[in-house]
Amino acid sequence: MNSPMVLYEAEFKQITLVCDTLHRDASAKAVFLVDKNGQLLANSGDTADLDTTSLASLTAGNIAATGGLAQLLGEKEFAIQFHEGEKDNIHISLVGQRVILVVIFDERSSLGLVRLRVRKACLDLAGLFEVIHQKASEQGSTVFSEITDDDIDNLFGDG
Amino acid sequence: MSFINYSSREINCKIVYYGPGLCGKTTNLQYIYAKTNPEAKGKMISLETETERTLFFDFLPLSLGEIRGFKTRFHLYTVPGQVFYDASRKLILKGVDGVVFVADSQAERMDANLESLENLRTNLKEQGYELDNLPYVVQYNKRDLPNAVDLDYLKRYLNPTNVPDYEGVATTGVGVFDTLKAVAKQVLIELKRGR
Repeated sequence: MNSPMVLYEAEFKQITLVCDTLHRDASAKAVFLVDKNGQLLANSGDTADLDTTSLASLTAGNIAATGGLAQLLGEKEFAIQFHEGEKDNIHISLVGQRVILVVIFDERSSLGLVRLRVRKACLDLAGLFEVIHQKASEQGSTVFSEITDDDIDNLFGDG
Repeated sequence: MSFINYSSREINCKIVYYGPGLCGKTTNLQYIYAKTNPEAKGKMISLETETERTLFFDFLPLSLGEIRGFKTRFHLYTVPGQVFYDASRKLILKGVDGVVFVADSQAERMDANLESLENLRTNLKEQGYELDNLPYVVQYNKRDLPNAVDLDYLKRYLNPTNVPDYEGVATTGVGVFDTLKAVAKQVLIELKRGR
């Protein structure tokens, strides 16, 4: 139920490639992939000036709140959200009930183009995350199976 | 649900501070934020009302160092304590790896403590968790107040399963890092066990 999500090098490269492609094809400023618990999984584009950790956490909170609203209305979910700003806009979509795809774009792109490209990226990502979850459940153990009590004590040893 | 990234060699875990309204959950995070080196923390986010009551959550990302070459990062969240924000509390518990219950030691808040603890168990169950199977620590906050009730009394009613517990004065930092370390350690031990 609460097993960790594990992202290996090969899959990380694949999902980053999808984000890079979306970033380019949608003429976006930045693309983020976030899990529903608020962890940033991958990003692409102009992210240097952005607080990506906060962005991931708030996006997940936003999706969770919107999901709660959907349930109150008897909807399964609201799969897409769009927030329009003076300069920048955010397009948020749910991928296969597991991860959240965030696209930030400005006047160099358009909502129509972003929606079109996001649709393709969602299909690619849904397939990739099927593999990722299957692999995680098959592997069973992680690097953390090998750590010792001393390793953990050392982390907290210096007060 | 923790997240292990082999590419960036990071492990991310989620800890939620729970408890009745005004018990000091946000104050715990504020103290941690104030006393942590800038390179070990991210920005603290507080989604609060105009009267500085938590509306949705507070969020503080923290790095605790490395284990076997993996950076350990903990995402600390608080829930809104006021009774009518229950829908928000449920959302924040999603994917939780460890829980801190912050109790208010004042005699007149005992009912609120018990109600919040019961609410925690109920909301965790709705998400498919059992409190007794999760990394879990109790903090008895506000020990400095004159109307704080006996520790034995608090322990008997708020910690019947005898999990690690700490006395706290979150405003001055007493017990704050002890509480955090205890729950973070339990989370890592659970990861090691592979659940």
